[in-house]
Amino acid sequence: MTTRTETTPELPPRLTPAEAVKRRRAAALARRTQGEQVFGVTFDGRVFSRFISFLKPYRRQLIIAILAVLAATGSSLAFPILVRFGIDHAISAGGDRRLLAIIVGILAGFVTLNFLFTWVQDLVVARVAQKLLFDLRGAMYAHLQRVSLSFMDKTEVGRLMSRLQGDVASLQEFLETSVYAIGDLVTLLGITVVLLIFDWRLGVLCLAVVPSLFLVRIVWLPFAKKAFLRARVTSSIMHGALNENVNGVRVVQGAVRERVNLEFYDELTKDNLQAQLWATKIGQVLIPIVDLLTGGALAVVIVVGGTWVLHDELEIGVMVMFILYVQRFFEPIRALTMHYNVLQRAMASGQRIFEVLDVPVDVKDKPGALVMKDIDPSIEFKNVTFGYYKDQPVLKGISFKVKPGETVALVGPTGSGKTSCTALLHRFYDIWEGQILVGGHDVRDVTQESLGHQVAMVLQDPYLFSGTVYDNIRYNKDSATREQVETAATAVGAHEFILKLPQGYDTVLEQRGGNLSLGQRQLVSFARAIVADAKILVLDEATASIDSYTEMQIQRALKTLLEGRTGVVIAHRLATIRGADRIIVLQDGMIIEEGRHDQLMDKRGLYARLYSLNYSSFDDIPDDLVKQAVSSMKTGT
Amino acid sequence: MLRGNPTATSTVGRPGTAPGVATPAAAQENGEQKVRIDTGVIWRITRLGLQYRWLSAFTVIAIIVSVAFQLWIPTILGHAVDNARALATGEAASYDAARHALILTAILLVIVSVLRGLGAMVHTNLSEIIAQKVAFDLRMQFYEKLQRQSFKYHDRAHVGDLMTLGILDIEFVRQFYPGGIFRTVFIIVLVIVGAYMLLSADLVLGLVGMSFVPFVAWRAVVTRIKLRVLWNDIQERLAILTRAMEENLGGIRVVRAFAAQDHEIRKFEAISDDSLTRINQAISVRVRNDVVIQYAFLLSWAGMLWFGGLRVIDGTLTLGQLTAFLAFMGLMMNPVRQLGFVVNSYARASSSGERVFETLDMVPDIQDKPNAKPVRLSTKTLRFENVYFGFRGERFLEDITFEAGPGHTIGIVGPPGSGKSTIAHLVPRFYDVTGGRVTIDGQDIRDVTLESLRHSVSVVQQDTFLFTTTVFENVAYSDPSVPQEAVEQATGRAQLDNYIKRLPGGYDTVVGERGVSLSGGQRQRMSIARSVMLHPAILIFDDSTAAIDAATENRIRAALKDVMKDTTVIIISHRLSSLMNCNEILFIDKGRIIERGSHGELLKQGGRYHDLYELQIKPSQELGEKYSIKAMVGAPDDGAVAGGQSP
Repeated sequence: MTTRTETTPELPPRLTPAEAVKRRRAAALARRTQGEQVFGVTFDGRVFSRFISFLKPYRRQLIIAILAVLAATGSSLAFPILVRFGIDHAISAGGDRRLLAIIVGILAGFVTLNFLFTWVQDLVVARVAQKLLFDLRGAMYAHLQRVSLSFMDKTEVGRLMSRLQGDVASLQEFLETSVYAIGDLVTLLGITVVLLIFDWRLGVLCLAVVPSLFLVRIVWLPFAKKAFLRARVTSSIMHGALNENVNGVRVVQGAVRERVNLEFYDELTKDNLQAQLWATKIGQVLIPIVDLLTGGALAVVIVVGGTWVLHDELEIGVMVMFILYVQRFFEPIRALTMHYNVLQRAMASGQRIFEVLDVPVDVKDKPGALVMKDIDPSIEFKNVTFGYYKDQPVLKGISFKVKPGETVALVGPTGSGKTSCTALLHRFYDIWEGQILVGGHDVRDVTQESLGHQVAMVLQDPYLFSGTVYDNIRYNKDSATREQVETAATAVGAHEFILKLPQGYDTVLEQRGGNLSLGQRQLVSFARAIVADAKILVLDEATASIDSYTEMQIQRALKTLLEGRTGVVIAHRLATIRGADRIIVLQDGMIIEEGRHDQLMDKRGLYARLYSLNYSSFDDIPDDLVKQAVSSMKTGT
Repeated sequence: MLRGNPTATSTVGRPGTAPGVATPAAAQENGEQKVRIDTGVIWRITRLGLQYRWLSAFTVIAIIVSVAFQLWIPTILGHAVDNARALATGEAASYDAARHALILTAILLVIVSVLRGLGAMVHTNLSEIIAQKVAFDLRMQFYEKLQRQSFKYHDRAHVGDLMTLGILDIEFVRQFYPGGIFRTVFIIVLVIVGAYMLLSADLVLGLVGMSFVPFVAWRAVVTRIKLRVLWNDIQERLAILTRAMEENLGGIRVVRAFAAQDHEIRKFEAISDDSLTRINQAISVRVRNDVVIQYAFLLSWAGMLWFGGLRVIDGTLTLGQLTAFLAFMGLMMNPVRQLGFVVNSYARASSSGERVFETLDMVPDIQDKPNAKPVRLSTKTLRFENVYFGFRGERFLEDITFEAGPGHTIGIVGPPGSGKSTIAHLVPRFYDVTGGRVTIDGQDIRDVTLESLRHSVSVVQQDTFLFTTTVFENVAYSDPSVPQEAVEQATGRAQLDNYIKRLPGGYDTVVGERGVSLSGGQRQRMSIARSVMLHPAILIFDDSTAAIDAATENRIRAALKDVMKDTTVIIISHRLSSLMNCNEILFIDKGRIIERGSHGELLKQGGRYHDLYELQIKPSQELGEKYSIKAMVGAPDDGAVAGGQSP
């Protein structure tokens, strides 16, 4: 604590915490606004038409729904008309009780019809809307299973999740309100028609106030657009801050940052509060305006219609009918205006959803691709050139062969192309030039699925799914018996610790296998590869994070794993490297040495030089040391 | 929650409770506990709004004013109709008088309409202000609660679940104010005042007009309970769906490696269909409720035309009055139509509120004692005295005793799962001991304030989290106001400054989720820099150099020498070369210290430590002898060999 002061004196003025917070907030705001602004569009025809394409399977339901909407709205439009007949023919003209009974009976009939059709309409539309959301989410999910890995490498899970959830949820809001919006629109149209039919002069006079609503809208819209956008942006920043704090809570507590973070979050949340309140105010301004217009239109009915009634030019029932209609006319208009925000959000979300669906699938099965079965597990790279970015090849004309049953270790410094080799073997990416043969077949000629069944892969990071230990070892091999699973676990030396877990194989793993140690997770992932029972095994050995105890166990398990299989191992550990049948040394996308450990050591080439640097892994060797080794090799020292 | 549980049946039986008017007294009188939870949640949410006393009062006043104007409108419309018929009924003396009356009525109507609109604007605005303020409060409390919760809590909680709570559930609670409680007040005022006006004008007609009210109230209560149960259920299923998606995307390489796409899609579809089935059930309940309520309303409306019509024919009612009645019912149309939303809002708020409050009410198991004082540092001596630690029936540490100080560095080694990290986590009280005690300069760490404790202790974690912000702010995480030089000094010591300088924006480069990503070794060095920034009295390296090569580690150690001179250091590592120089090394297995002593002493003992040494250090030394290192690397002074000093 005493050392804290020693650096302060001659330094430039410190930022106060408040200033630092302010700076960070401004930066966050700028970043997010940029992202959202792109989506500030209200209506996008392409997005809309793609929505429609998702509706295709539900054509029948939609037709039913549209008919139901028309019938329900139509029957509700009939109510005032019946009232009008009741007044003019049964009530005011001397009074005809029987006629009144009949009219009320008909009215009750229409009410019942309305009830039934509304039921159908709401039920069908709500269900189709939900189904549509699940379809969209399912389509995105299924698409993400197939898109090129380079996309997945670049995109974080959180961002994709916000599309699978947040964007889908905001579409839900849109679809729910559009049910009512459709009803509102039909109502508006229907009322206009009925009014014009019954008395077009009075109808025109009443509806004359409608255009002024559009004028109001033109003035209002720019404000609303800005207010709604700001509300959205501030929300998203606020949620982002919460997300980070939850994810990084251990660092937060370790650094005693709680108070600073709370202050920061307070600022963000206040921004959001202000923005939301302003957006509400903007939205609510329309209420008295609509009321004014409703009042105006009713005033027209009263003064003009009333005068005509006084003159006996208009029946009193029609006037009452007009009153009842006008009362219902403006509320839908206001509601429709408020849908604007929802629509804008839905369009932005739709765009983001379709953006995901449009991510190209680079690696596809050829039509008529071969299903590999009972192959001879050999591997051959023929002059393979490949890279992730144009003009930046990572592998430059690599050729090598792996015989069935042979284990080959790939070694080389970071960026030398080891991982790319293994990824290509599995056809995670397609190569630029050359050919990769597995069991004599070009990997592009066979189905990806059958290739996946022939080539098992163990990744550096032993990724486990939630579910039981048993589920994790079996994974997608549904045919695997319990016995097979236990045999596999025993083979890699995992059986013992699994039995010690509270429920043995049926123990449910926590998030990412949190209740297992790293070494244990590694062993489970080995067992998974054994159950998958592929003839070729690709293994990316974990670097230094495992301790020596587990290391021994893992070395043993590795031996079992590779027995009787063709293996390609990205090796870091001395034991693994030395145990391989052959070592391929990669550097800068090219093979520069090949041979057994002792052969390579005697050769005193790059391998021997790197090896003697005694790093825990070749990946850790600093660039300058590699360069030095390479250049010293070239000069022949 | 299953359908048809006791909550559903027992609350249905409660007579006459309109949605949302459940008073606290009513809630307390109700014997059954489950019922109380439900109404308790709604009442608690309501109370959160009521704490804004003036705002709430003004909202209610605005609602009453707005409703009064709104209910005046049908009467005015009725007058207008009577005015128009004034000549025919002989009420008006002349055409001019009748026309004059019409114009006056129209002007009054416009004024009242605008006033109603203003009232409505004010009350919706006010209720939204309350809602947003409560949401603000909840968000702040939620955030604070989460960041104060102990590691024990976060070990179990899913990030996705917490985010749903923080975003969706608080949002549903927020929507409850404008959409639930104040909407209910509005509807109740409207119905009561409306009923009074109708009933006082004509008892029979009023009864006919209001006949739908009891039915609607009953439906609302029943549906609310059904929906609440369903919503809880759906929420749980959606959480499972979220987790499945998150895992799949996170492990996409595994999925591809095993060609398990179809397996994963099937898994997703099963969960997805399951949720959809439940959602469809909720839709059915909601829709049936909505339409039945509307049906009841429209039937009373038709009844009104029948009874009202008869009255007019009898001459006991004017046509204008009938119009007023019908127009009044027209006003009710929208609120009744929205009742479904209101009911839904109650259901969602109570299920979401329950979850939010559950989190907010949780007391962090690690907190300051009431009379906790800041830690007083003198010799910076850290002592573990017979420490035990365990939870959920498992014991992780047993009888751990040691003392560390600035001149007495402790090294800890042992197999994974042996409890090494647990020791590190006990010092800053990320977890609390279950037996024995940990003291710093004689003070039990549970007696000092957490803040002062954590300022004096820093644990360099094995894997650290990067925040989406600049490198500068990530390094200066504990104190964002430090000068640039201090940050550069820390990264320099952690051997990270060269890398940072090569980044496009140097120290202003954004890293983390949406920025440049760092390798494991770089993250560990970042973690070291972060801790060094703090100048802690006690510095614990929790296997924090595993991904850093030995040479860099040595350079870091050399650079930290002056910092560590005055610091109590504990080094936990798998790599013996990292801790060989510690004054005392503890070998831990299954939570117990099984060997202890200096490196030399332990080697002499010939126990587990000795075996580990044989395994780790020997092979490379042998190799070094066989293939002369100096000959291969060239320059003899290039000391990038394990154990050597940095250039």
